[in-house]
Amino acid sequence: MEYLSLFIKSIFVDNMVFAFFLGMCSFLAVSKNVKTASGLGLAVIFVLTVTLPLNYLLYEYILKPGALTWVSESFATVDLSFLSYIVFIATIAAFTQIVEMVVEKFAPGLYSSLGIFLPLIAVNCAILGGSLFMQERGYANVGEVCCFGLGSGIGWFLAIVTMAAIREKLAYSNIPNGLKGLGISFIITGLMGIAFMSFMGIQL
Amino acid sequence: MLNKMDKDIYKKPLFKGNPITVLVLGICSSLAVTVQLKGALVMALSVTLVTAFSSLFISLLRNTIPNRVRIIVQLVVVALFVILIDQVLKAFSYDTSKMLSVYIGLIITNCIIMGRIEAFALGNKPWPSFVDGMFNGLGYGIILVIVATVRELLGSGTLLGFRIIPESWYVQNGGFYMNNGLMILPPMALILLGCVVWVHRTIDKDLQEK
Repeated sequence: MEYLSLFIKSIFVDNMVFAFFLGMCSFLAVSKNVKTASGLGLAVIFVLTVTLPLNYLLYEYILKPGALTWVSESFATVDLSFLSYIVFIATIAAFTQIVEMVVEKFAPGLYSSLGIFLPLIAVNCAILGGSLFMQERGYANVGEVCCFGLGSGIGWFLAIVTMAAIREKLAYSNIPNGLKGLGISFIITGLMGIAFMSFMGIQL
Repeated sequence: MLNKMDKDIYKKPLFKGNPITVLVLGICSSLAVTVQLKGALVMALSVTLVTAFSSLFISLLRNTIPNRVRIIVQLVVVALFVILIDQVLKAFSYDTSKMLSVYIGLIITNCIIMGRIEAFALGNKPWPSFVDGMFNGLGYGIILVIVATVRELLGSGTLLGFRIIPESWYVQNGGFYMNNGLMILPPMALILLGCVVWVHRTIDKDLQEK
């Protein structure tokens, strides 16, 4: 039950885009049509669900203050947590690079629809943000981290697909010249954020 | 040290080629830190320093980095500077560091930095790259400060923690004024930024889309 509550919470209440503004750059750049938007969204779900547990294990067994006790008792006072940024980003960048190569080699069909987004994802703040939130909030075990990763990914996917759907319709509306394109996208994202805030306070 | 081309480097990012409102880079971190002016100023300063120094370093290394692994090398250089900033903030201004929480770490994936490295520092000499990085950071800072000023003034009636709107104006003290609670909430940052873009594009008509 706790897992389910965490999962729902990370999709709606703590939505990456609307509550924390993570991944805004690609959110605005790639949300011009639904098809590419859902491709990027799927790639984000996948990378978040895999890199978060990876980074969690790295943090828990190597970086945390006193984490190295499993090697030797004398390391109990070692605190490597200042290295967490560099380790997290290296994991994410390396992982996306490997996945890109594997997908390109074994599934060319998938590569042409999804692979082009993978390098983009290495610098998507939603992924690194997920790892940093995981570190800050101190989740108890790998299961919770997986739920959080999957939930945040789905939340991001939902956000970008709805945004793309709205923007497709926007092409036919009459908008003041200065607001066309970027300006109106910001304002719509803001309005969607207000709508998503109604999920706040839901207890499962 | 600055010739004609260099003049363009520092004029452009501040207005006509502003990283946020024109190039749409670095939006992620810009919005969450604008509830208070202090956070925005610290963030602007950190991003300016990181962009300037990582552009300088990548530019120095530009002929030795193999093309295939350049993204990882860039990320590592940027992460190095962000760790430095993070440690300095934790040591000298712990409250601010707590307030900015994960957003300091997120400077690493701030697209302005990667964008400037890819677009400028990889093909230019160190000194112009440094200047370019610095002024792009400043262009980012200007927008942050505008949004944060509006949000802090209307949302809590203060600026940098000093009270601007007198206490006696408030309804609970028998006055007529109330803070706009909406300004403190996340979505308002986006709507304000949309308005900034609108004003910018009304002044400079070349930037309008279609």
